[in-house]
Amino acid sequence: MSSTNDAPVLYAPREPIFPRRVSGRFRTLKWWIMGITLGIYYLTPWLRWDRGPEMPDQAVLVDLADRRFFFFWIEIWPHEFYFVAGLLIMSGLGLFLFTAALGRVWCGYTCPQTVWTDLYILVERWIEGDRNARVKLWNAPWSVRKARLRITKWIVWLLIGLLTGGAWVFYFTDAPTLAADLWRFEAHPVAYTTIGILTATTFIFGGFMREQVCIYMCPWPRIQGAMMDEDTITVAYREWRGEPRGKGNVRRRSMEEAMKAEAAAQAAGPGQQARYPVIPMPGQERTREPVTTGPGDCIDCMACVNVCPMGIDIREGQQLACITCALCIDACDDVMEKIGKPRGLIDYMALKDEAAERAGAEPTPVWKHVLRFRTILYTALWSLVGVGLVFALFIRPEVEMTVAPIRNPTFVIMSDGAIRNAYDVRLLNKQHEARTFELSLESAADLSLSIDNGSNLTVEVPADEILERRVYVTAPAGSEAASADRTELRLWVEDTGNANRAGVDTIFNGATQ
Amino acid sequence: MSDKPEETKDDVGTTGHSWDGIEEYNNPLPRWWLWTFYATIVWGVIYTIAFPAWPLISSATPGLLGFSTRADVAADIAAAAEANSELETTLAAADLTTVEPGDPLHSFATNKGAAIFRTYCSQCHGSGAAGVQAAGYPNLLDDAWLWGGTVDDIAWTVRHGIRNDDPDTRWSEMPAYGMIFSEDEIDAVVQYVLSISNQQHSAPLAAEGEPLFLDNCAACHGDAGEGDIYVGAPNLTDAIWLYGGDVETLTETVTNSRFGVMPPWEPRLSDAEINAVSLYVHGLGGGE
Repeated sequence: MSSTNDAPVLYAPREPIFPRRVSGRFRTLKWWIMGITLGIYYLTPWLRWDRGPEMPDQAVLVDLADRRFFFFWIEIWPHEFYFVAGLLIMSGLGLFLFTAALGRVWCGYTCPQTVWTDLYILVERWIEGDRNARVKLWNAPWSVRKARLRITKWIVWLLIGLLTGGAWVFYFTDAPTLAADLWRFEAHPVAYTTIGILTATTFIFGGFMREQVCIYMCPWPRIQGAMMDEDTITVAYREWRGEPRGKGNVRRRSMEEAMKAEAAAQAAGPGQQARYPVIPMPGQERTREPVTTGPGDCIDCMACVNVCPMGIDIREGQQLACITCALCIDACDDVMEKIGKPRGLIDYMALKDEAAERAGAEPTPVWKHVLRFRTILYTALWSLVGVGLVFALFIRPEVEMTVAPIRNPTFVIMSDGAIRNAYDVRLLNKQHEARTFELSLESAADLSLSIDNGSNLTVEVPADEILERRVYVTAPAGSEAASADRTELRLWVEDTGNANRAGVDTIFNGATQ
Repeated sequence: MSDKPEETKDDVGTTGHSWDGIEEYNNPLPRWWLWTFYATIVWGVIYTIAFPAWPLISSATPGLLGFSTRADVAADIAAAAEANSELETTLAAADLTTVEPGDPLHSFATNKGAAIFRTYCSQCHGSGAAGVQAAGYPNLLDDAWLWGGTVDDIAWTVRHGIRNDDPDTRWSEMPAYGMIFSEDEIDAVVQYVLSISNQQHSAPLAAEGEPLFLDNCAACHGDAGEGDIYVGAPNLTDAIWLYGGDVETLTETVTNSRFGVMPPWEPRLSDAEINAVSLYVHGLGGGE
């Protein structure tokens, strides 16, 4: 058998999984989330937003060519990329928060891999039938019918993939224009290549690799271990209630034994009380039926296994492959109702509950698990970054200027002995109309300012552009600044239209040798 | 650990090779890897036929597709020149005094001029155009010009250079007074020049030098030493010195004279290029 040379097997080839159709509250929730997320993804690029002439009228646009990012009324320039970094940090913290509180909800409900796989399974079920039909088809030898069904399914999958890749490229340029170009085969090759790659990955990941992506390719499941603790809500099987499981004769026999045991237990004193679902189910009466020792509620119908898109048996306990999509809860609740048992044999619950309930305690309300130091800390950090970003958004200067002192050479001696420094000044006009800026200089020393040697200190910057001008600061001959090593000064730029202004500190180099 | 590797369920056996008791498992390459390897060989053969690949003595096999990065670059350059040809023509014939900042022609010219300056002018004048005083290469950033600082003056200087074989070159020559004056006289003239440029000097010596200056130097440098751009005589009263304004350098200048040379660029640069570099230099901050 095993020996010291045996390495643990880290990879298992894919076993085909044929998830059965299931209906229930979590399935309904998943349909809603799928509809909303896919709707956002496919439709956002088509939202219009009037930005005036010569600008793309697109509400959400990543304009890589001009290095601008448009999000409704917000326009981000490349030097404001910290907004994007902040949003990424918020996404990360948000993921931490949700994972710490509710386990892999991201994986189970909103992860693109889950959403598109779900959509692909929907198509598969629609074309090839539900679980039993699909298993039969899988095992059947190739025939015209099998080929027809397979090809139909793949074509629909490819169409979905094409739409997926197609939607992606619309975020990067004006959507209607690109759509027309794509149709006439006049779009940029990059657009076609991107669509091709995304179509292929969607088709392969959603159609053929499915849960293998989650188990072997995605790093997130490995990180979640550090995010979760015994208070995290995950999908679990109430083993103390379900076991021993059995069906038919086995079950009947154990039932008889149980009745005997129950009689014995009643004689012995108060026993195990019934447990009710942690998450209350509105509109459904709770049937209080005391379950005592004896055969468990699980009738081993395999409903939970058959509906699982990851192909796992939740009754074996928490495992890496579980994405907490809760379809097994729906399936099991359905069965529990049919056999007249309380729902919640498989349920969203915390690891802590398992031990507590086994010992006879009442289930802890969900909010007690969710509200704890860790999640509050994540929420606080998340809000902090969020508030910071919103603050930064509102204090973004209307006027922006950068000043680069010329260092080749650091100073020039003029014929009258004055010392002059040159600076490259960049003025940003982020508005969609030309603006006039006026430059001025502030310093304790005796310094004077000029632009291109002229006396005019106003500059007109065209709409949506960065203008670079060379400005000169001069210290008169013999002045303190002319011979000092360096003199502090501040350049001011003021929008003559609305008196918004910005200042940049820089230095003046004197003639020290 | 046991002496011998135990049997595992995936036992593949050994190759039979043994070195110092170390045996080698017979694990073949994964099939996908092997096929990728074969595919790269096939790809490599096709590639060397299709593209330039095998080095010959002075060239390489051209490849069936006729691909050449050199030709691609040449085509890119030709396309850029084509795109700019209209601006080039306008620039070659432009009246430089009317080309103002903000004009598309001005930004085209100054960008082009900056490239030309770095290619042809920066060796002497420095990449920042600050010149090299020790070697007498003028600083182009300040406001003092030996031959005038209007954009047309600058264009003329660029086109014809200084003191060379060009018939229209800027030409001036100062006598070497070492042959004419005694050392004392030279010292006196130097002290006088120091006095008119407001530097530390010896007043009695300067007074001695004044008549010498007026008799010998004022013809070119002017009675007050203010210079003359029409003959390229430097202004001796300002703070700017082409070679340096201290006693030692001035003595050297008076004794042996100076003879800085700049080549004419007309034979090497086109009209548009000369105009571009002139506009660029004029815009460096000293242009009049």
